[in-house]
Amino acid sequence: MNIYWDLFLTFARVGACTFGGGYAMLPILNREICEKKEWSTSDELSDYFAIGQCTPGIIAVNTATFVGQKQKGNLGGICATLGVVFPSIIIITIVAAFLEQFSHIEAVGHAFAGIRACVVALIAVSVIKLGKSAITNKPSFCIFMGILTLSLFGVYVANLPTMISTLTQPVYLVLLAGIIGLLLPKSTKEKK
Amino acid sequence: MIYLQLCFEFLQVGLFSVGGGLATIPFLRTMGMNTGWFTEADLANMIAVAESTPGPIGVNMATYVGYQTAGILGSLIATLALITPSIIIILIIANVLQKFRQSNTVTALFFGLRPASVALITSAGIGVAMVSFCEKTPNSALVEFRWGSILLAVSVFACMKFTPLKKLHPIAFIATSALIGIIFKL
Repeated sequence: MNIYWDLFLTFARVGACTFGGGYAMLPILNREICEKKEWSTSDELSDYFAIGQCTPGIIAVNTATFVGQKQKGNLGGICATLGVVFPSIIIITIVAAFLEQFSHIEAVGHAFAGIRACVVALIAVSVIKLGKSAITNKPSFCIFMGILTLSLFGVYVANLPTMISTLTQPVYLVLLAGIIGLLLPKSTKEKK
Repeated sequence: MIYLQLCFEFLQVGLFSVGGGLATIPFLRTMGMNTGWFTEADLANMIAVAESTPGPIGVNMATYVGYQTAGILGSLIATLALITPSIIIILIIANVLQKFRQSNTVTALFFGLRPASVALITSAGIGVAMVSFCEKTPNSALVEFRWGSILLAVSVFACMKFTPLKKLHPIAFIATSALIGIIFKL
């Protein structure tokens, strides 16, 4: 089989088998990529994951690009990435169309009220998990609190001047945090 | 041109959301507010759909938003725009992998970025909680709490954090919550 096609299909299978993305994907990648295809070792895979987590974009997409690139250069990376998103596009489009048809039914409204409450809990659990690895000492806690305050300030304080409310949008807050990270002296970055 | 606008918005999400799928939520929330494409309640529903269908959450969110906004072509454009910055950045990094891992500048940069990412997700989570827990009463400025929803969220959180049920997949909690919502007319 053509290697590009093989990359696409293998990653399409990974995309279709993963619920929840990110870490849920690791065991499936291990089986498909390391054991069946032997495209990467599990050590390499966890490196890709670590980098994928701290570079912009979706972790699963970043990992797919890495594996594909290693296998068959830039075009390989693109094929693997398109493969991993392919099932989502099909499935979500069908689900979204389906939901549109049924959204006016009263029971569906109640179901989604329940689901929204559940989503709050899911986000809370993820935030705690992410926070444990990202917030390791006082300076990182200060960055967390500062950005959180600015972000809430921008959303919930009415009648801010346009310039200030623009600056509290996620894009600028991410840039601000990156600059702070670069400017802080090295000694502040050790774990305490 | 809605397609161009979708493309531009999702390129921005792909370029700036650090830390995986959930990190896209604060950007989508701002996008909803700025463009009026979807409300915060819609966003909460999208998160649920993205969590309970196969595939990476961030990609699912982009596809869903794209479809809601501009149909099938919209979902394709949003998804491709979301992954384009990743592909370019990772292809560059993959070619200088060793240097990248050991760079002090990169470490310093991410020391600032990671807590910021958690902060933005927290802020977005608070937004979802507000829509889920409060209802504006039509005749006054006061908000009414939806105690049923609050109780449900607290129970789900407790189950996921402190009981053996935490090994269950999120979809199990989402499905149960939907049932509870129907039974108790939340």
